[in-house]
Amino acid sequence: MVESYLDLRGKIASRDRSLREKVMSLEEACKLVRDGDHVALGGCTLSRTPMAMIWALIRAGRKNLTVSRSIVSTEGDLLFASGAGARIVTSWFSQGIVWGVSKVMRQYTETGRAKFEEWSHMAMGLRYRAGAMGVPFMPMRSMMGSDVAGQLDSWREMTCPFTGEKLMLVPALNPDVALVHVQRCDPYGNAQIDGLQFMDIDIPMAATRVILTTERIVSNDQIRRAPDQTKIPFFTVDAVVEVPFGSAPHECYGLYEPYFGHLDSYAEATKRDPEAGVKQYLDRHYHGPKNWAEYLGLLGIENMLDASRRGRSIHDD
Amino acid sequence: MTDPSPGAGYTASELLAVMSGRLLEDGQIVFAGVGIPLLAATLAQRLHAPGLTILFEGGTIGPFIVPGELPPSTNEQRCTRRANMLLTITDTLLLLQRGYVDVGFMGGAQIDIHGNLNSSFIGDPQRPTTRLPGSGGGNDIASLTRMIVAMKHEKRRFVDKVDFITSPGFLAGGESRSASGLIAGGMYRVVTDLAILGFDEASRRMRIDSLHPGVTLQQVQDNTGFELLRAPTIGATEPPSARELAVLREFDPDRLYTA
Repeated sequence: MVESYLDLRGKIASRDRSLREKVMSLEEACKLVRDGDHVALGGCTLSRTPMAMIWALIRAGRKNLTVSRSIVSTEGDLLFASGAGARIVTSWFSQGIVWGVSKVMRQYTETGRAKFEEWSHMAMGLRYRAGAMGVPFMPMRSMMGSDVAGQLDSWREMTCPFTGEKLMLVPALNPDVALVHVQRCDPYGNAQIDGLQFMDIDIPMAATRVILTTERIVSNDQIRRAPDQTKIPFFTVDAVVEVPFGSAPHECYGLYEPYFGHLDSYAEATKRDPEAGVKQYLDRHYHGPKNWAEYLGLLGIENMLDASRRGRSIHDD
Repeated sequence: MTDPSPGAGYTASELLAVMSGRLLEDGQIVFAGVGIPLLAATLAQRLHAPGLTILFEGGTIGPFIVPGELPPSTNEQRCTRRANMLLTITDTLLLLQRGYVDVGFMGGAQIDIHGNLNSSFIGDPQRPTTRLPGSGGGNDIASLTRMIVAMKHEKRRFVDKVDFITSPGFLAGGESRSASGLIAGGMYRVVTDLAILGFDEASRRMRIDSLHPGVTLQQVQDNTGFELLRAPTIGATEPPSARELAVLREFDPDRLYTA
């Protein structure tokens, strides 16, 4: 349930933490993820989803992954249906409230083919935070009394030694690999995040390996001109992959909003026939294209321009 | 469905948004979920509560939503317009635990006699008929603050006992909520398209507080799967004003949340 502290430290100690370049391709970065790993995803719902890395892992045929994230959207459907994800640990799982409940999620969880392990949103956050802090658990005051806790067995309740109050203890999450998509980082992995940070400061700190995908790679000099904007330090990072539109069809703050038209048609196809709809989507968008540029081409240049115009409009006030 | 009487000039969702928005007070800090709560809080902010601070669990503190640009969840950049601050999700949720939030405000799929909410499973959780999306921040909001819930009033949604307690109300009633360790917060109001409901102070059972225009006590009871208590004096709400509806439609011209 919780890894030994000395084992966790040992893994950090054995990593090359020097200031070194680590730029590589999506395919090379895939080698840092093994079948059965616990992979944590940065972003939340439709925002800064590390879609390009998920795309690459599905194409590489990774299997049996445990995937955790604050809130899971369409990428959860694709991880289940491709067989890459066997278990998803999160607080909420569906495409998004305006599209209703995901039929793909329902199909896989209701038949027991895949597992959706539900924690409260704050529990997810404090589990990553405990992992980032190097402590085995965090105390909190929600989830008690509910069936969310009743469904799970890896938490404990304690009586506070200071006040005598009941507290919920949630166990640390230390993912094997974290996948985080950012607006920019340098070749060493110093990453700057614009806008909502979600759980993306704790997740890389908690993980054993970190793969960053980035809209663009900037120089280390540029990072050093605004170090207060750096949210992920280079020594936690193992791979840097430059992937423009790396969250498409989801959004990346200040650059592009979700591709709503594409997400509408995905919802329609998977509602009509969850099984066939998602398989066709994987064949066409995941296994079909030769590379990421071809994938973006399939999403459509008009959709890309529309999403970009809406995304950048946040700077127009 | 329990649409308001034909010719009322508004949909059930619009009625919900207006009625629940009115419960928010100027100067409060409200933690709002996506959908009707986000819309109702925005409406309150534009009408009677300009000093209302809205929090979204994606990490936004005090934004102003742009008309016609409603977000698909509380975690996209559309939620952040003109915000005071962006925090991490974890630190935003911790504001609830620290006690900075006056009201939590959510929608509901299924609620029971003690205000417990289910958004996880329909049927036996081991072999569910339907797996629903889950808690999100719902469990945390309901555990840690005073709650307003906005939902459609249907018998299948108002059940004696929910299939699964995702977000705790008063659990088994009486003192059971605090005995479980949840010593703060609790259900305050349930706003539906028929009525506004509260909870009895001792038994923590759901109670009819006031009725919307043209709705009878019997109609509310008929659409509820358990026996409702009645407040000593049952109030009557004012119908949505033209101004309230106009602002609402300015914000949701495509009826994303108010179809």
